[in-house]
Amino acid sequence: MADLSAREPCAGLGLPLTLGGCRLAALPVERITAIQPFPGKVAAVETVLRAQGLRFPAPGHSHEAGGARIVWAGRETAFLFGMAAPEGLSAHAALSDQSDGWAGLRLEGPDARAVLARLLPIDLRAGAFEPEACARAPLNHMQVLIRRAGEAAFDLFVYRSMAGTAVHELTDAMRAVAARQAAVR
Amino acid sequence: MRISCPCCGPRDRREFTYYGAADYLNRPALDADASAWDDYLHLRDNPAGETRDLWYHDPCGTWVAVTRDTVTHAVIAAEAVA
Amino acid sequence: MTHRIPGKGLIDRTRPLRFSFDGREFEGFQGDTLASALLANGVQLVGRSFKYHRPRGVLTAGSEEPNALVEVIEGKQKTPNVRATVQELYGGLTVQSQNRWPSLRFDVMAVNDRFAPFLSAGFYYKTFMWPRAFWEKVYEPAIRRAAGLGALSGLHDEGRYEKAFAFCDVLVIGAGPTGLMAALVAGRAGADVILADEDARMGGRLLSDQPEVAGQSGPDWAADMLAELAAMPNVRLMTRTTVTGVYDGGTFGALQRVGLHLADPGDLPRECFWRIVAKRAVLATGALERPIAHPDNDRPGVMLASAVQSYVARYGVNPGRVVVFGNNDSALQAARDLTAQGVQVAGYVDPRADVSVLEEFPVYPGGQVVGTRGRLGLREVAVRHGGGVSMLTAETLALSGGWNPSLHLTCHLGGRPDWDERLAAFVPRAGMVAGMSVAGAARGRFSTAACLADGAALAAEVLADMGIAGHDMPLPAAEDRSYAIAPFWAVDAGGRAWLDFANDVTTKDVQQAAQEGFSSVEHMKRYTTQGMAPDQGKSSNVAALAVLADATGQGISATGTTTFRPPYTPVSIAAMGAGGRGMGFAPERLLTSDSQTRAMGAPMIEAGLWYRPSYFPRAGEATWREACDREVSMVRTAVGVCDVSTLGKIDVQGPDADRFLDLIYTNMMSSIKPGRTRYGLMLREDGHVMDDGTCARLGEAHFLITTTTAAAGPVMRHMDFVHQAFCGDWAVRFTSVTEQWAQFALAGPKARELVNKLLETPVDAENFPFMACGPARILGVEGRLFRISFSGEMGYEIAVPARFGAAVFERLVAEAEAMGGGAYGMEALNVLRIEKGFITHAEIHGRVTAFDIGMQGMVSAKKDCIGKSASQRPGLMGPEREQLVGLVPVDPQAELSAGAHLYNENDPATRVNNQGYVTSAGYSPTLQSWLALGFLRDGRARHGQIIRLDDGLRGRKVACKVVHPVFHDPEGGKLRG
Repeated sequence: MADLSAREPCAGLGLPLTLGGCRLAALPVERITAIQPFPGKVAAVETVLRAQGLRFPAPGHSHEAGGARIVWAGRETAFLFGMAAPEGLSAHAALSDQSDGWAGLRLEGPDARAVLARLLPIDLRAGAFEPEACARAPLNHMQVLIRRAGEAAFDLFVYRSMAGTAVHELTDAMRAVAARQAAVR
Repeated sequence: MRISCPCCGPRDRREFTYYGAADYLNRPALDADASAWDDYLHLRDNPAGETRDLWYHDPCGTWVAVTRDTVTHAVIAAEAVA
Repeated sequence: MTHRIPGKGLIDRTRPLRFSFDGREFEGFQGDTLASALLANGVQLVGRSFKYHRPRGVLTAGSEEPNALVEVIEGKQKTPNVRATVQELYGGLTVQSQNRWPSLRFDVMAVNDRFAPFLSAGFYYKTFMWPRAFWEKVYEPAIRRAAGLGALSGLHDEGRYEKAFAFCDVLVIGAGPTGLMAALVAGRAGADVILADEDARMGGRLLSDQPEVAGQSGPDWAADMLAELAAMPNVRLMTRTTVTGVYDGGTFGALQRVGLHLADPGDLPRECFWRIVAKRAVLATGALERPIAHPDNDRPGVMLASAVQSYVARYGVNPGRVVVFGNNDSALQAARDLTAQGVQVAGYVDPRADVSVLEEFPVYPGGQVVGTRGRLGLREVAVRHGGGVSMLTAETLALSGGWNPSLHLTCHLGGRPDWDERLAAFVPRAGMVAGMSVAGAARGRFSTAACLADGAALAAEVLADMGIAGHDMPLPAAEDRSYAIAPFWAVDAGGRAWLDFANDVTTKDVQQAAQEGFSSVEHMKRYTTQGMAPDQGKSSNVAALAVLADATGQGISATGTTTFRPPYTPVSIAAMGAGGRGMGFAPERLLTSDSQTRAMGAPMIEAGLWYRPSYFPRAGEATWREACDREVSMVRTAVGVCDVSTLGKIDVQGPDADRFLDLIYTNMMSSIKPGRTRYGLMLREDGHVMDDGTCARLGEAHFLITTTTAAAGPVMRHMDFVHQAFCGDWAVRFTSVTEQWAQFALAGPKARELVNKLLETPVDAENFPFMACGPARILGVEGRLFRISFSGEMGYEIAVPARFGAAVFERLVAEAEAMGGGAYGMEALNVLRIEKGFITHAEIHGRVTAFDIGMQGMVSAKKDCIGKSASQRPGLMGPEREQLVGLVPVDPQAELSAGAHLYNENDPATRVNNQGYVTSAGYSPTLQSWLALGFLRDGRARHGQIIRLDDGLRGRKVACKVVHPVFHDPEGGKLRG
């Protein structure tokens, strides 16, 4: 039987693109598993995760180990990126595959924070949103998962079906911020 | 107005969906009489002062019971319902 | 530039700029406002007043300007009501005056001024009462034409607007001496500071009065401080930014002018609306000077004294000979400063008898200005004094009735200010806005030294309050003159004396309001329109209520002030709605099959945020109906393919998942066997239907439920509530997987043949019966298979990870077409489900119960569920309810329409006769007839009756037979296949 061709969520959206001091790119598609520990099972989940060098993240936190990342993604929920759910986890937590549900975007550059300030109503100042911090928040009218991936780099995950709108909104904000920077110079 | 989500910290109230009075937390038993259900579903106080109501933080999925003052608009407390 | 003082001002004389006003070309300099540039060219007349079309000039040098409103022209676009005192000059700026015809100098409507006795306060309530029908058709349009402000272009606004969010420890509002000091103290201590000022250049009165600070000139000192602030990474300077509103929780609205001062803004937005969240705020908005009401005080050339100082010192404008009329020490100082700048002061007029006469200009103690002359600009000022009335020749009359602290923002959360007798002004009370400190002139401390000290002191207080250690900062030396004032509001000399220039309100109007009983300040305001123009009475409200207090005999304190509400200055709707146009209005959710669907020529329709195909036109089909009929027949006779990924999919797992679903759904879900699917109904707690869908048990403790497209979000919120509020300790977790899976419905007698072309392991009626579900390998990919149908035909739904959605759709359509079928869209889907009597949110619209749709049997008697108790209360089930029925027209070709109402055959179409309404309608090619679903009073008992469908909008009356809502295959043989 013929194998099916896979399509990436941001295919055809003109990424990567650079405008002013900001670059927007699609993140590589990775395995994403939602982990939702059952009541009273966070410790058991931690025990399983510890073998991978991971913990169950507190709200607003994420961390990396051995090529995998675990990111708080909502109430009693974390997303595990970049590896299969470890053996034994399903006894203590609901697991669901989310690899295809999200479009991952990276916005980086000196103007990244200014661009995001046009779209997200949350405090992204360096001291308030430290590296590896994450949040669920609206990007204009879309709910996103945002994570600080570096000094001036942010990863954004939007529902796959909204990738086009998200790129449009970000590009619009990037253009306006770039114009401001040009006006200052 | 800003509400402090127990998960996410202070956020603009536009991120929240309002439901109604915290009375909704006290669901009567199935066989409770009609007046108990009427009270639960439809009868509300309208205090000038402290009130407690339910807000949903859409981004993270947490239901929050918010104690606030309808006169001063002060938010006195915000706690997860579970 | 005939009226420029050589060498003076903060304008850049090396950068001349051409601009035009009413078609005439002028020249100004970089750093000018439109107002200063016009004055520098000797243009005093800039507009016509709102009601009487009186000639008007520039009154102020700030955002409070009531008179100098103009239209800025950019190509075909027109921005009306731009304040000339705020609009910065740029090369090519094109401006025209407004509210005049045919020209500014000769305005036909100025005849209104002659009829002024008939046009006083409330005239339209009294004058245009008869005949009644004339109000809407004649009087109101005529009044609206005659009175008013600028006009819009009528074109779509193509400008770019922006919104943005900011957070800080300390928001300092206003960058005069007070604000600069506050920002410096907070910035040096390391706090995150935003310093916002509405001017293009920060410094406030330091730029206009130019007092010496720390041995430097005001502008130089300000520039040094700003350079220091600009170098601090923790300080953000926001020029051209007006903080317009204060909201709960330390939230502020601010409007920033971004591209409005540039000839070519490029990609820059015109404006940006900021929402700033600050832990603390220091309000350092200074004070606004107010004029004095005297006869003909609205003549072009009459200005506030502080404005004259600004135009001279900051913009180098020569005001000609100036008469200063004031009742306070700041007015006298203005006369001295103007003299020191080389301006000829023709007289200083002060109603106070004891004012010093030892000045370099003539002083008229105990004097009052009783009139002005000059047709389109000031030529003479009539001064009444001890020796009689003198006519003083002057081109400018500078007024100062004292200063009002700019405390507007302190009142936005409902606070009320206090009347200060000593200052003759309202001053803020402590604690009007939690977390906001008011400093400097905004709380009545008017000298430069007092402002500097107060800004520093309050910033130190704010820092201490936040636990941030501050540094001691020596205060720079500056003037510390006292301020004395003798309240004086209006000259009693006959003739009309203006209070509110923008809305043409005179002292007589206010007195008349009081006489006619509108003696409360809020009533007076609405009766006279005092303070209701774009400037919101910034320079006139206090004088107006003083005149009211005088007329009623109450004191000003007892009279009180009107309520200050946001915005402080006008905010364009476009700025507030920035980001909400086009795609920003709502996200576009696209299916994985979107590209191919559009390539097939399908018109798309919106379903919630999703875009779904309406139908797939084929060659030779002229109308959507032809395509729809063909697609329906295709499904009934062969096989159709439809992307149904938009349905909400929620993954529910855990040992208590079955219990939880029993609580959420009316029917029993705990008894479903793994590998089986069940239809489910959800109620709201008030007993009405919330949503319906399927519940598939994928494993012992693993369910997948579907919601309707539109209800996906609300159902998730509802489930979160039920779980968190009632059973948070149950071991159940759920999450949306809507976007993870691309899901396609295969429907029709050949559906099994089609699905088997994709499956690694073929299915048949026995190994995968009706309502089965389970994992399946689909073209080499792990997916899921469901034996469910929304069409009434044999149906399968296959789900694959979304990345494969496009490829699977393409393959399915190709295979289906080869089998005499193909893709079908929403139109066909709708007809198919109507034929089968399946409901959508057209039926479960929020006001129907399980009983109404004939599903009361699905409310399990064996268990509790959300909405069960209320669903059984009296009134929610019984013959009085409107119940779901099918409708078939007696003439099968008679068109039916949703939204029509139902009446007994001979009843007139009135509300009391209403028997029900139609929720869905469509033409069934299968039954060769129009069909409809609707709700009919006691409908289930009325099958077989004839009822009249009456569509008043379309003028349609159709006799219909009431039938069971399942029109097609009522036994369900095809469905089970």
